[in-house]
Amino acid sequence: MSFADLTLPVVRPRYRGAFWRLYKGEVGISLRRRRNLALLAVLSAIPLMIGIAVYLSTPRAGDGPAFLGQITGNGLFLVFTALTVCIPVFLPLVVGVVSGDSIAGEAGSGTLRYLLTVPVTRTRLLVAKTLGVATFTALAVAVVAVVGLVTGAVLFGLGNVTLLSGDTVSLGTGLLRALGVSAYVMVALFGLAAGGMFISTLTENAIAAMATTIGLVMVSALLDAVPQLSAIHGVLLTHNWLGFGEFLRSNVDTAAVLRWSALHLAYAAVFLSLAWARLQSKDVTS
Amino acid sequence: MTAAATAAATTTQGPPYDAVVPAIRTTGLTRRFGSQVAVSAVDLLVPRGAVYGFLGPNGSGKTTTIRMLLGLLAADSGEIEMLGQPMPDALAQVLPRVGALIEGPAFHPYLTGTANLRRLDVSDATANPATSKERIAAALSRVGLTAAAGKKYRNYSLGMKQRLGLAAALLQPRDLLVLDEPTNGLDPQGTREVRHLVRELAQDGATVLVSSHLLAEVEQIATHIGIMSGGELLRQGTLTEVLSDGDAVVTVTTPDLGEALEALLLLGLADATLDREHQQVQARLGEIPAEAVAQAVINAGARLRGLTVERPHLEDLFVSLTGEGFDVLR
Repeated sequence: MSFADLTLPVVRPRYRGAFWRLYKGEVGISLRRRRNLALLAVLSAIPLMIGIAVYLSTPRAGDGPAFLGQITGNGLFLVFTALTVCIPVFLPLVVGVVSGDSIAGEAGSGTLRYLLTVPVTRTRLLVAKTLGVATFTALAVAVVAVVGLVTGAVLFGLGNVTLLSGDTVSLGTGLLRALGVSAYVMVALFGLAAGGMFISTLTENAIAAMATTIGLVMVSALLDAVPQLSAIHGVLLTHNWLGFGEFLRSNVDTAAVLRWSALHLAYAAVFLSLAWARLQSKDVTS
Repeated sequence: MTAAATAAATTTQGPPYDAVVPAIRTTGLTRRFGSQVAVSAVDLLVPRGAVYGFLGPNGSGKTTTIRMLLGLLAADSGEIEMLGQPMPDALAQVLPRVGALIEGPAFHPYLTGTANLRRLDVSDATANPATSKERIAAALSRVGLTAAAGKKYRNYSLGMKQRLGLAAALLQPRDLLVLDEPTNGLDPQGTREVRHLVRELAQDGATVLVSSHLLAEVEQIATHIGIMSGGELLRQGTLTEVLSDGDAVVTVTTPDLGEALEALLLLGLADATLDREHQQVQARLGEIPAEAVAQAVINAGARLRGLTVERPHLEDLFVSLTGEGFDVLR
């Protein structure tokens, strides 16, 4: 054996599906946290409560949040009402908690240093965490939508859907529209989730990261409410969050929906790039 | 054996084909935090198969050094080579062969011991998912934690947490273990077990870098030591080399003091002194082996009644290098 043989680097073989296992581990861990389960429980309670309230006291059309009047006619509208109610506060809260905690929580508890020395390379970790947070975000939206659909179906029944324009479409088309609405909300919240992940790379204090992420939503909503700033309203993080109403017109303005979605994804791309740059150079001292 | 076959063997068996390359070598490793130099031009050398006791008072730069070795902190200057490869560039290839316990254990409190280990194991691309269960069970059993495997980490005692940290480092066969204060929080039995474990790992061919404040502990298991203070590596070498800085003293007990003294002087032990009251001759041993002294004394015709060699303790050396004070240096 020559000296060259002696200095051969010993490389351990990598097993197939490693990234999938890492991602599954991330999702599994987020679903085993009591805090996260409580957040999902709160989200599922909202359509349930709205449904029961409407069932007990038939509201007049025009009162309360959007689509409230239509619920008694068609339970499917509970999905739209619940999402409308959840998107300004409850869903951002959940996304803020989960994304703000993603890196900062691991750094604060010291588990980040053990993950990095396993090793999980920093890029890999960020991608897995991002997919994990995206999964939880999608799950949160799905919980609201599915509980809304089931509650609405049980209490009010389902039927043909009368759109905002007055046209009526079949229940099947209505369900597809509901799916589109949910998907749009998921994409919109993903922009925020990416912001939360970037903030999460800046600190070891998870609570601070969560609060700052939720603060982002509040600042954006505040700026959106100032008419003098109308020039920038179109590009604000939260401006198009309620754009899912577009799915309830007879002719969905696909171009607009795609434009808004592209903006959400652009936010996500910018925030995730920042998060990546920050994580690469981060000194892990906790 | 062909080169290709060797490569295949090394991939499956691990050590120690590249035994000539030190496990860890740093050159001029330096790290500042603001104006404070936490680690200053450290040239660490940990040979293959060594149990390297990494010593130093609190704040001396041990943990900062360890964090740089493992790619958690970036170095301001200097180079790191671990298991023959540059760090942190080869981090993804090197770290699967390194088990680490860094500044105490850290796990998710709401998961059980087993679930915490599984979380780390699924994160390791080089860990065989088919053997995950057995390896986790084996690691838990190796640190005596089998009975508490299903308990939530939140409910673990300090000693159990420490054991789980060690189990995490042992999930895979390792060529190098970096253990920062592994006996912290352990009871005397636990401390003994860790000592035993470190010896076992070393016997299996692993190199162990163990940082500790427990000098007596390190003295029992270390083959090499390095002493840090104020960010600098003050001493480094085999335990005997470093301890010989304060020389060993040989004491010969004999009624024939004249003959014995002459024999010692002839051996080159120039500073030999007489103690007539106790019938003893004393000298600093230096490089000369104790048995040579015994032989020389007997050959000189003296009746040898006793011969003792007293080596200075690590603690004496440590204190003389790093100071008596209780104050944190910086």
